[in-house]
Amino acid sequence: MTDRGPAAERHDVVVIGAGPAGLAAALGARRAGIDDVLLIERDRTPGGILNQCIHDGFGLFLYKDSISGPEYAERLSDDAAREGVVFAMEAMVLDLTGDRVLRVASAGGYRLIRAGTVVLAMGCRERTRDMIGLPGTRPAGVFTAGSAQNLVNLHNLKIGREAVILGSGDVGLIMARRLTFEGIKVRGVFEILPWASGLERNVRQCLLDFDIPLELSATVVDIRGRDRVSSVVVARVDEALRPVPGSEREIACDTLLLSVGLIPENELSKRAGVALSPLTGGAVVDETLMTGVPGVFSCGNVLHIHDVADWASFEGFEAGRRAAEYVRGARSGGETVGIGAGENIRYVLPQAVRRGASGVTLNFRVRKPMRGVTVEVRGTASGRVLARIKLSRLVPSEMRKIRIPTPVEEPLEIAAHD
Amino acid sequence: MNEPRAFSGPEPAFDVAVIGGGVVGCAVLRELSRYDLRLVLLEKESDLAEGISKGNSGVIHAGFNVPCGSLKARLNVEGLGRIYGLAEELGVPCRRTGKLVVALTDFDRLRLEELKSQGDRNGTPDLEIVDAAAIARLAPGVEGRWALYSPRTGIISPYEFTIALAECSAQNGARVFLDAPVQAVESGPQGFRLKTPRGDFFARRVVNAAGLFADEVAALAGIPGYVIHPFRGEYLIADREAGSILAMPIYPVPPKGDSFLGVHITPTLEGNVLLGPSSEAVSDKTDAATTRDVMDKLKAEALALVPGLSRFPFIHAYAGLRPKLTGPGGSALADFIVEESPLRPGWINLVGIESPGLTAAPAIAALAADMIGSGLDLRSNPEFRGGRPPRPRLAALDDDERGRRAAADPAWGEMICRCEHVARAEVEAALANPFGARSLDAIKRRTRCGMGRCQGGFCTPRLVELLETRGLEPADIRKRGAGSNLFYGRIKP
Repeated sequence: MTDRGPAAERHDVVVIGAGPAGLAAALGARRAGIDDVLLIERDRTPGGILNQCIHDGFGLFLYKDSISGPEYAERLSDDAAREGVVFAMEAMVLDLTGDRVLRVASAGGYRLIRAGTVVLAMGCRERTRDMIGLPGTRPAGVFTAGSAQNLVNLHNLKIGREAVILGSGDVGLIMARRLTFEGIKVRGVFEILPWASGLERNVRQCLLDFDIPLELSATVVDIRGRDRVSSVVVARVDEALRPVPGSEREIACDTLLLSVGLIPENELSKRAGVALSPLTGGAVVDETLMTGVPGVFSCGNVLHIHDVADWASFEGFEAGRRAAEYVRGARSGGETVGIGAGENIRYVLPQAVRRGASGVTLNFRVRKPMRGVTVEVRGTASGRVLARIKLSRLVPSEMRKIRIPTPVEEPLEIAAHD
Repeated sequence: MNEPRAFSGPEPAFDVAVIGGGVVGCAVLRELSRYDLRLVLLEKESDLAEGISKGNSGVIHAGFNVPCGSLKARLNVEGLGRIYGLAEELGVPCRRTGKLVVALTDFDRLRLEELKSQGDRNGTPDLEIVDAAAIARLAPGVEGRWALYSPRTGIISPYEFTIALAECSAQNGARVFLDAPVQAVESGPQGFRLKTPRGDFFARRVVNAAGLFADEVAALAGIPGYVIHPFRGEYLIADREAGSILAMPIYPVPPKGDSFLGVHITPTLEGNVLLGPSSEAVSDKTDAATTRDVMDKLKAEALALVPGLSRFPFIHAYAGLRPKLTGPGGSALADFIVEESPLRPGWINLVGIESPGLTAAPAIAALAADMIGSGLDLRSNPEFRGGRPPRPRLAALDDDERGRRAAADPAWGEMICRCEHVARAEVEAALANPFGARSLDAIKRRTRCGMGRCQGGFCTPRLVELLETRGLEPADIRKRGAGSNLFYGRIKP
């Protein structure tokens, strides 16, 4: 396959996706001294999902400033352009092979590219109605929250008059406020879990401040209406998250927004043979953010779902820097040890660390809201505690970090205790 | 269109009107378009294949499930002999996959023998009972001690086939009107006047292929006695990665004395896997809702046959409706009705065309054409072309061809759908369909935009932009027919 068709171009670092992670990765590689950095983006404007996030709250960590998504995207892409990153816009990578050949479709032509290293930064997509098995009719008026955000903010479209929102992910919360601003009545936000999935500041600023009801331990069990949504039926759920019979009530509405989870978009990674973690949906990586396929790195939401764009960018900078090292021949050889998610930990990243690596920082999320928590990283063989932090509270919606100051010499496990 | 009277002068403007744009109606239209006839097809929905045909498993049946001596058996086996060649002529992808009906018990093994013998007598070719080792070889991952193997069974996209039949007909001069439900019929010595919101259509002969509504349409023409009972069948679609583990449709042993074939597992040509359908009588002919109970049951029954499916996510659920002639509790095995009405000579009813109607459609069409030919002089149309304009898909092209096309036309490099890799050029071609169908579902069934794992999250804004550049106001963009509007206009003028 690779020797057919248009002749392959070569580039040292190819970054797929110009969102907050990909822009940073391209910059990271440039700043680490790589001249030939190609950033491939399928949209017309760099920034990815940032472009539809017209609310502020971005950049608090990267720019020490609260700016909107498009402003954040503009700053980062201006930096990238000024610092010599080459952009391929309106270009979609259709295929990636394990030996780093990319097939790219674009209005400017079809390209075959052979990459010295690849940084995966494709972001994520939204969980849909049928992935959560939501029954009922199939009318117009059911949107995922992110699609709705795109249609409202970028296309100026009135998507409904009265809406119900299922799921309390951040995008759903932000859209509750957004729809309210645009005169669309939000009848309520329903969350199947006993706690909100989105950030607490979003619950406060997007729902409570606008008197939008949030009902926990409740879900939508039926969608009605033949051509357009006419109502949804909501019900309380029990501890096993099953609807409680008899608790159903019908809510008239013409629109249902789904904010029921994000999935790292790893279709290309799979084609290249990258092993994925069932816990994160993203690649299994070592502390250099390299996947199991040599020369292929991963960062941002395609690696694991971030709650703050800035963290995706920081991870991007790091992935770009590590890709640059790889191009220059610094191979992360040697044996790795596994990092396991122990009690109360939903996932930990990286999942593997080279033996002897020091100063490694682990990212993790907890399974449930906790108070008065001790988080510990232990060697599974020695039982020795390598790192410990105490926190007054910890929630699943916030990703946290813990640094291991000493060199890692054995497999580790991270656990959280009340 | 602007001059509806043009179809309805004192003399019939059409030789034959076909009512219903499902696979049967479109197959009839295409068969008749071989002849020098003035043809029209009237479809009540905003696109073809919007009724029974879109909720079909897409299995080309080999004819062993239907009772010996029935019209179903004859037309199924005859249809099997025609459909592969017809699909090829139309450029519709299909694949002779073979099929297994698997037995887990000794009792079921006996039922396999019965099915084989029924099939042999019906004329189904090459049936064979195979053992577990053969199952493992033919379809690795499938549970079963014995199976009936039918090598001639295959798969096809039912809506793509339907649309292709109509496109071929249109290319040969047939007229197709969407959003044209027949609301009243006047019968006269010269023919039938069909009243629709898009005008009155006067035709010498009528073929009623109205599917779920064939009884009601017959009644409009003063032909009583038919009653169609809608039976809903729910489906789940697994991610296309699942297709890698399933080589052919897998069926359980069907319940005896029922036309229900059981919950089966069918690969699609694109690599998705269909689970279903269920079978449940419903009171409303448009009730295509899915239910939690049935979805759970589909998963449980399918996983018993192919345990490996549990690894893959489901990306979509939907329901189809069957037009049954017997209601719940009635004698289950009704035959197809293909008959000219003795009350209304020149009016042909095709009623109760449930499974295996897709496979039988080319044979039903030939039979209907014979009936038309007994009253009208059928001279062949010297201009007849059996194919349709080709529909290349970027996803199926090699690197050279992609390169050539994108260099010549940027629309071949601009991607609209990320999951199914659909280029703008494909959407443009779909929108140029000769019927004026331009709902999102119409685009979806012609291009696969929105059929992938993101279910339209990516392509919808792009399609909206494209439709706007073609002069469609946002408030007029629909998912399918009237009332299914996506938007209430713009937020800010």
